[in-house]
Amino acid sequence: MLPLTWAIPALPLAGFAVLGLAGRRLTPRAVAWVGAGSVAAAFALAAAVAAAFLAAPPAGGAFSQTLWTWWTVGGLAAHVSLRLDPLSLVFVLVVTFVGSLVLLYSTEYMEGDPDYSRFFAWMDLFAGSMLVLVLAADFLLLYLGWEAVGLCSYLLIGFWYRDCANGRAAMKAFVVTRVGDVALLVGILLLFTQLGTLGIQSAMSRAVDAWPTGAAVASVAAALVLGGAVGKSAQLPLQVWLPDAMAGPTPVSALIHAATMVTAGVYLIARTGALFAIAPGVRLAVAVIGALTLLIAGFSALAQSDIKKVAAYSTVSQLGYMFVALGVGAASAAVFHMFTHAFFKALIFLGAGAVIKAMDEDRDMFHMGGLKDRMPLTFWTFTIGCASLAALPLVTAGFYSKDLILFESFASPYGDVWLWLAGLVGSVLTALYASRMVLLTFFGPLKREPSGLPGPRMAVPMVTLAVLAVVAGFVQVPGYLGGKPLFTGLVGAGLPARSSPLVGAALASAIAGVLVLAGIASAYWLYEPGRPALDRLVATPWGAALHRAFLAGFGFDAAYEAVFVRPYRRLAELDRGDFVDPAYRAAGRLAAWCGGALDGLETGRVRNYAFGIGIGVVVVLAVVMLR
Amino acid sequence: MSGQIALGLPVAAVLFAIGLAGVLVRRNVVVVLMSIEVMLNAGGLAFVTAGARWGLPDGQVAMLFVLAVAAAEVSVGLALVLRVRDAFDTLDTDEVSRMRG
Repeated sequence: MLPLTWAIPALPLAGFAVLGLAGRRLTPRAVAWVGAGSVAAAFALAAAVAAAFLAAPPAGGAFSQTLWTWWTVGGLAAHVSLRLDPLSLVFVLVVTFVGSLVLLYSTEYMEGDPDYSRFFAWMDLFAGSMLVLVLAADFLLLYLGWEAVGLCSYLLIGFWYRDCANGRAAMKAFVVTRVGDVALLVGILLLFTQLGTLGIQSAMSRAVDAWPTGAAVASVAAALVLGGAVGKSAQLPLQVWLPDAMAGPTPVSALIHAATMVTAGVYLIARTGALFAIAPGVRLAVAVIGALTLLIAGFSALAQSDIKKVAAYSTVSQLGYMFVALGVGAASAAVFHMFTHAFFKALIFLGAGAVIKAMDEDRDMFHMGGLKDRMPLTFWTFTIGCASLAALPLVTAGFYSKDLILFESFASPYGDVWLWLAGLVGSVLTALYASRMVLLTFFGPLKREPSGLPGPRMAVPMVTLAVLAVVAGFVQVPGYLGGKPLFTGLVGAGLPARSSPLVGAALASAIAGVLVLAGIASAYWLYEPGRPALDRLVATPWGAALHRAFLAGFGFDAAYEAVFVRPYRRLAELDRGDFVDPAYRAAGRLAAWCGGALDGLETGRVRNYAFGIGIGVVVVLAVVMLR
Repeated sequence: MSGQIALGLPVAAVLFAIGLAGVLVRRNVVVVLMSIEVMLNAGGLAFVTAGARWGLPDGQVAMLFVLAVAAAEVSVGLALVLRVRDAFDTLDTDEVSRMRG
């Protein structure tokens, strides 16, 4: 089964090719079958490959497959080669599984859209590119997938391109992530020039051999890789694109901007963990960036009125948790949170999509309310997703993954109590905004009658994900509850094992659990419709200032607007005449003038032409004879 | 003998110059054709003179070629002259200057 690994990314890419070439000629039904079916087939294949992999792990814990050599120039050889190890296996399963559910949901959500086939073509291209990214054994191939998912993100954010705001959001996402992409490319080239290889594994092992811990070149390389990860995963200071990316259709947000693409940064850092291990300063920066991001995004989520923006900020915040885990050297905890987050955050987006569809594309939560009895299925699944996001103790998947990160943030040898405290504050914030979403959308008086209920193709993915948002955590049960570390046992194979102090871990979890419950309770006190507590708070000057800051995401957009965008625009305006242009215009004028001067020679009279020929002959003869 | 040969090339040059001047100065198509004829014969005279100087028949062979070509050229040229006369009602070359460039 393993040799068929290449077909996992090939299936969605084939779906893309079919839809891209013949999509307009197919019926919507056929488009749906090709679009969703190709990813579902990839999932079936991935599941079979995973079963084979787990039943008989290949030597060295990884299966490698070189398909062909892309090109060779001098010492630089780029291979199209895949590497399947537990880390990529988890990503492959998540991408194909969540991808097929989201595409099934989309077949109903996007129904009637004039660009139905274009949507599925790009979603398939995204799935294929993402699979290439996580399966690549070679930095260059990884970069190819990295850029391709960025392209798909751009295309799908701006999917409804007739609205200029969507186009601008797409451009912003593309430009901001491009800042990180350039850093990553420079990092890859630095690794290649220093270590002489593009293979990820060989580069890592050579780096460990060649560079001592703390070497400057290792730090620079790690910082550049981190730059790429920060851009793709919307971390501080490049987090500004993700909230705007919500302009795309909701299934896009669920798959690309919550479950998969934005976790590519987490994957990249986990994959190059050896490099970060010999660059302690940069590793610390990863944790600090994660902690700051999770706090800033958590606060920002509190004040948003757009339901998708709350979810977007919460995605940024949860990615911050993953970065904290990566920064303290607990890559398996980060990947575990990615795993559970993919289920519950995709679920939240799908639920939000059902609500938004019923509200005719109105995303303002203050226009909703009281939908609990009108949309019971959406209510229950959405609430389960939010409970998992808030890490409701013991019963949800989010609890087990976030608990692991919180535990590692102080118990790991690189941990720090400040990181732990930031994580605890973040979990209170998470509980607050997750409960706020549910309360504003589904409780209180009915403000608007929903215009339709999700049909079976939307309901099945939501229910499936709701089940997983609960049970996905049970693959990794902490030591004080009996201990069943299946997940970290799989992903973290090869990492040094640690014995964790049971009592400390239990105490820490208890603190976190109590804080979550307190957060949910205070959300009820603050946001339960009809309660005046929050209005009184916002009415005070301090409260109003805070609310403005939260709503604007702490003014990062305004700052970038003032520091980068507006000066650039002014410069462009100053140079409206373009100082290079006169040179070209002068060349053009010279040519025109010469033409005008020679125009007099074109008389049409044979005698004049003959005269020209005669003069020419005389000149040539004179030159030849007098030389 | 050698004196005659020495005279041949200057005469050819003078003939050629006269022919060229005719082409450049005269406007009547028929006279222009005649001037071209003079230039061709100037070239032929140069060939023959050079052939005599080296004692080779090549010069005279080339002259025969020139005659043949000149005959062909005259037939085509006169046909064109007739067409021009029909189309423009004139034999003045400067009037037939519609094709510029």
